This record gives sequence, C-alpha cells and structure tokens, in this order.
Amino acid sequence: MPKLPGLVAAVLVAGLCLGTLLPLLRVGQGGLATADWAAFRFTVLQALLSAGLSVGLAVPVARALARRVFPGRRLLVTLLGAPFLLPVIVAVMGLLALFGRGGLLNDALGALGLPRVSIYGLHGVVIAHLFLNLPLATRLILQGWLDIPAERFRLAATLNAPIGPLLEQPMLRSVLPGAFAAIFALCLTSFSVALILGGGPRATTVELAIYQAIRFEADFSGAAQLALLQYAICGLAAGLALWLSPRALGGAGLGRAVERWDAKGLMARIADMAWIGLACLFLVLPLGLAVLNGLGGLADLPDGVAGAALRSILVALGATAMTLILALALAFQGGTLAQLAGALPLAASSLVLGTGLLLVVRPFVALSSVALPVTALVDALVALPFALRALSPALAEVEARHGRLADALGLTGLSRLRIVVLPLLRPVLGFAAGLGSALSMGNLGVIALFGGEGQETLPLLMALLMGAYRMDAAAGVGLLILALALLLFWAFDRGGRLHAAP
Amino acid sequence: MKRTLAATLAVAAAPVLAQDKPVLTVLTYDSFTSEWGPGPAVETAFEAECGCDLRFVAAGDGAALLARLQLEGATTEADVVLGLDANLIAAARDTGLFAAHGQVPSLDLPVEWSDDTFLPFDWGWFSVVGRKDGPSPKSFRELAESDASIVIEDPRSSTPGLGLVLWMEAAYGEEAPAIWAALADNIVTVTPGWTEAYNLFLEGEADLVLSYTTSPAYHLIAEQDAGYVALPFGEGHYLQVEVAGTVASTDQPELADRFLTFMLSDGFQGVIPTTNWMYPAVTPASGLPEGFESMRPETTLYLPPDDVAPLREPSIEAWRTALSQ
Repeated sequence: MPKLPGLVAAVLVAGLCLGTLLPLLRVGQGGLATADWAAFRFTVLQALLSAGLSVGLAVPVARALARRVFPGRRLLVTLLGAPFLLPVIVAVMGLLALFGRGGLLNDALGALGLPRVSIYGLHGVVIAHLFLNLPLATRLILQGWLDIPAERFRLAATLNAPIGPLLEQPMLRSVLPGAFAAIFALCLTSFSVALILGGGPRATTVELAIYQAIRFEADFSGAAQLALLQYAICGLAAGLALWLSPRALGGAGLGRAVERWDAKGLMARIADMAWIGLACLFLVLPLGLAVLNGLGGLADLPDGVAGAALRSILVALGATAMTLILALALAFQGGTLAQLAGALPLAASSLVLGTGLLLVVRPFVALSSVALPVTALVDALVALPFALRALSPALAEVEARHGRLADALGLTGLSRLRIVVLPLLRPVLGFAAGLGSALSMGNLGVIALFGGEGQETLPLLMALLMGAYRMDAAAGVGLLILALALLLFWAFDRGGRLHAAP
Repeated sequence: MKRTLAATLAVAAAPVLAQDKPVLTVLTYDSFTSEWGPGPAVETAFEAECGCDLRFVAAGDGAALLARLQLEGATTEADVVLGLDANLIAAARDTGLFAAHGQVPSLDLPVEWSDDTFLPFDWGWFSVVGRKDGPSPKSFRELAESDASIVIEDPRSSTPGLGLVLWMEAAYGEEAPAIWAALADNIVTVTPGWTEAYNLFLEGEADLVLSYTTSPAYHLIAEQDAGYVALPFGEGHYLQVEVAGTVASTDQPELADRFLTFMLSDGFQGVIPTTNWMYPAVTPASGLPEGFESMRPETTLYLPPDDVAPLREPSIEAWRTALSQ
C-alpha cells in the first residue's frame, strides 16, 4: 500500500495542529487577566455541569429504552443520533423559542401569574449543552445496557438475584466515565452557545473570549494566550476521553429491548415511560419550534441568503473533500503515527486553529480574502477524527478479507485503491462525508473570526440576524441550514450505499 | 480540490462590481446603516453631489470598528471610518492608520474641539432609559441597591458600553469597581452593541437600558409614544462626541475629504436628530425638532481624549473583572 501519502497527511495535520502553537507562543506574552481566568473557570464549570447532567439524566432514559418495547422505539433510537448533525445555532434558536423571554415556557408562567425566567447565563448554557448532548449520552449508555447478554438477565431472574448491583452497576461503572469525558471535552469548545446565551463576562467561555479579544479589541497577544490555555485544557480532556473510552460508538444491537423480569411493576413502567416522554419533549419541542418558526420566517429571508447558502455549500464540500483525502491517507498509513495525527485535531478547537492561522496569514494577505478557505480547512480538521474513526476499522476489514487475494494478483498502489478498496469502502466514505459536510454546514466558528462584508456563511448570517433581533429572518435561515445539513448528509450517506459492492 | 478553492475565492470576490464611478467605502456601526438610521438619507444626499458611489459597510458597534480596522490593517477597503467616539481617539491615533483632516470646522459642541485627525459628526449624553411606569432610580448607587434589571453594552465593542465605564470612572473614580460589583446582579446581559441592547430592552427583557437622553424622543416623535423616559442621574451624565476620520491608506483621499466636509453640512447634519437621534455637531438651519430634548442633564461629565488614554484599558479591565465574578 502507498505509504507516502499517509506520511504527507500526517505531517500536514500535525503541522497545522501543532504548528499553530508556534505563532501562539510567539505572540502570547504578558499573562492572563483576572477576567480571563474567570472565563477558564466558567468553561470548566459549565462543561462539568453539562456532562454531569447529560450523563446523569441519560441513565434513567437509557434504562427505560433498554427494557421497554413500544411502537416508534426504533425511530426514537435513530433520532437520538441526529442531534450530532444538528447545527448548534439552530438548536439554540429552538431553545430560545421554548425558554426565551417570549418563549412558550414564559408565556405559560405569565398566564399562571408566575415570574418569568431568563435563559441568559450559566443555566442557559448548561440547558443548551444538555439538549445537544443528552441524546449522545443516552446512546452510549443504552449501548452499555444492550451489551449485557440477555441470558444474564434471565439467569438473574431465575436465581432471584439483585440485578442492580450484579449487572447494571458494574456496566455503568465502565461506561459512565467514558461518556462523561467525551461530553466534557465537547462542551469545553462551546462557542455559539456561549455567544448567544452567555450573559456577559460572567458567562464567557475561553473559546468566546478568544473571539472577543480578536474581534472587539484586536488584542492578538491576549487571544494567543487564551488559545494556548484552551489548547491545554482541550488536550487534557481529549486525552482523558480517549483513555476512558476505547469503545467505538457502534449502532449494532440498539434495535432490541431485553425482556426483563425485574421491572414488570406498574410503578416501574410508569416511571420508564415518564422518563422517555420527558426526554422526547425536551428534545422534540425546541426542534419543532425551530422548524415551525423557520417555516414562518421563510418569507422574511434576507437579501444575502442565496450567496451565503452558496458559500456554505462550497465550504462544506471543500472541507469534506479535504477530510476524506486526509482520512484515507492516514487510514492507509495506519499505526501509531497516523492514529496520533488523526487524534490531534481533538485537542485543537476551531478558534484555536483559527487564531493560529490568523496570526500566520495576517501579515501577508487580507483576512477577508482567505476567510472561506481557512474556514473549510479548519472544518476539515475538526471532522477528521470522526472520519478516521469510521474509516480505519472498515479499511482493516477490507484488507483482512481481500488483502491476500489482492497481493496474490499483484494489485498494489493506486490500482488496488481503485479496484479493491474504494468500492468496498464506499458506504463508510459516504457516511463520513455526510457527517463532515453536515458538521461544516452548521458550524459557526472560524468564519466569525475572519469573515468580513460579503463573506457570511449561513450560520454567520443567522447569528448576525439574531443580533439585530430579526428573529423571523433568523429562523428562516436556521431552517435552511438544517435542511441543507440533513440534505448533504442524506445525499452522501445514500450515495455511498447505492449500488455499493457487497 | 484546487478548483473548489478557486470557486470559493471567486464567490468571495463576487460583490466587487465593475463600475465607472469612484467608490467611497465608509466603515460604520450597525444602527447607522439600518433603514431607519441616517445611512440611506446621507447616501442619497452625498451621491447627488459627489458623482460617486457611497458604500456603507457596517461592522458591529463603534468600538468594534477600530478592532476591525486594526485586523484589516493596510489591506482595508475602508476610506473613512465613521462612528468612533472621543474616548477612542487616542487609541485610534496610536494605530497610525488615520490621516489628518486638515479642516477648520465651526462646531456647536458643548466642549472645545481641536483634534487634527478626527471630526465630530454628532454628540449626546448617555443616559439610563426606562419606561414611565417602570423603576426610576436616580443614581447608579440607587440602581445597584434596587432590583431593577438593566441591559448594558460591552465596552470593548460598543461606544455606549465604553462611555458607561468612563462615566462610572468620572463619577466614582476608585470606587467604580465596587459600584460595578454591586450592579452585577442588576445586569441581565451584556450585548456586543447598542442595537442588540436596545432591542432586548424593547422586547421586555429588562426594565432599563443604557442609551441616550435623546432616546425617548425617538418614541415620542417617530412613534407618538410618550411611554419612555431618560432617567436624570445625580452623578451627572457622561458626554459622547461621535467622530469620523479618513483612513491613511485610502485610494480616494479627495473624495474622503469631500465626504468629511459634507458631513458637517446641512445635508448630513439635518437628518441626524431624527435618524440617529443625537445632537448634530453643527445645528442645522431648521433647528432641533420639537420634543427632541425631553431631558437635559444638570451636570455634564466628560474626560478629554488625553485623559481617557491612560484610563481606558484599566477601567475596562476593572469592569470585566467585577462582572466576571
């Protein structure tokens, strides 16, 4: 197999992820301000709360899903995977429609004569993260439950043995830390949520503080120091998450519920259905409101929306192409080097990479002229670990099954890639491309740092409209983002599986 | 891959249209270019006499304009920056990105003006604005002790936000951080700009908002709604002078000069009171509209640019520290 492309890809990824450290270290002098440390504390606190609540609430929901059979269960489990594709800014919009000042909750409170609640600040950020991560936590924990062989439940029932301490608690002890660490790492890099729901210096994440240092103050030194801090905490968290969670996020077996003899009581059944119902309400209501308001806002779509949509699609496609090429090259390379290179982007958040690149290119070119390519590049890097995680096992399987035959036939290099590997990898490539393009479509990060006039992608346009309180127009743009993200995912995923080699 | 990048770049460059007329690009704040702001009227009036295409680029609130210009450096397309204020003049001059205006204007300002780089286009007093039937504290101390809620702007990105920080500095000096700490639980949220803050206030998100003594005039004159009041504060009210300056790297220096001259003529100044809702820098022949001055402060607080220079960063940092706890 060709090794050179793998080496080049590894060096490229390492160069981009680690290379950004050099300008950051050079520029970031002087020490962090008190308020920057407050941002650090807030970032860690909200991530701890978000991960803790997501995992804690996911336990009863996953247990209910694991032991109940009801119509729509399979659909519900599939939907639990969808928020990963959901553009964060659209999710925030939906949450505002539910919990915001003019939202359903406050209307209800007002009708009952109760005081209104505000969604701005720590609790708003945590609620948004809970919304975005509860499904992921539920899936991870549900997988843990379903990995317990059904025979053991039967055996325990026969012996009248306590299921909790014997089967469930050991499983939770092995699954929960990994789930917690993964969500903790995701929440550390939160940008859009804090941008919209943060309430000033008290609720600012490090990622948001980086953006403010650059866009509010052109303070490159301050931004670079914050970026180094962010690099350090994300690196630690990503390392922890990788160490605690060797388990791949597979979907196998999620479709069945185990028959359980310990939970036949009426109370247990009511409790389980309540947990499932509440989780559904919490997840479906904001999404439904975002779609509903979006439909109403389609008439108010602003002038620049077509250009923004085109830019978003180009960025998403460009990012996806880069992700696939890098992931393929690294997967072929295999080994520790490729694995390390593939994991590096987990430690570097969008705005850290963006700040490093900004410091490098600013002396030479106008930022606005590279805004879109840089956005695509950073989106590509951010999606790389996920793509590699999907591709590596699939490639290993192809090699195990057909490698020796291909060797015997003397198929090497590009012809082996073309004739043997790519056709067999198509479904996985399609899935990875769908994931990457959907993520890029909904991502608001680097573009907020670089974008000037006439450079808006859809998420940036939506954020600007929300800032100007043009909520109808913003909702319309949000619906467009959601539709395009799902369409891209569907098209790639479907395209990969259509007429795929068996 | 290359083709994707090339296409991406092509889209990025798309807004550049082929035109014979020279283009004057003015970087300004959001509310200036909104459809009810001064932007449209100013554009029509100036284009009628300049034989050029006047293009406004909105980039957040006033203070963020300076960061935007610093980010873009000499590669900026902007010829004129309109919407910084006196508190930012020292920092803006230090960037070396602005050129002297060379004009000797006669102005109607409540303070002396002799800056050779920046020309004022309007001015006003900052004020806490509320509703007639809402809470009406008479000082920041009283506001901090009450449970009234307020939306304020970020001093790093917004000139009203910066004005508030310096207002506190001018009124309370070393006591300012303590007042900020006491105000922290009254502040619902901090927005990047005035537009966001005022909209949140109008939506009912807070009882009060940091704006101007002339804000109620907008509701009175444009909406025939007398329900809004500017609250007179015992400390006095901080004065804002909004300014414009020519970017040194401009490729249209003469057009930029013409624009600054036009800026102080009736064609520009006449629309300021009822579109930007500020006092014009040169009172137009028609005078001020009826109902414009609903509240005139008894005491004016103002720190000249040279006094602000050493105070700006420490007082912003004190604000950020007090509110981040």
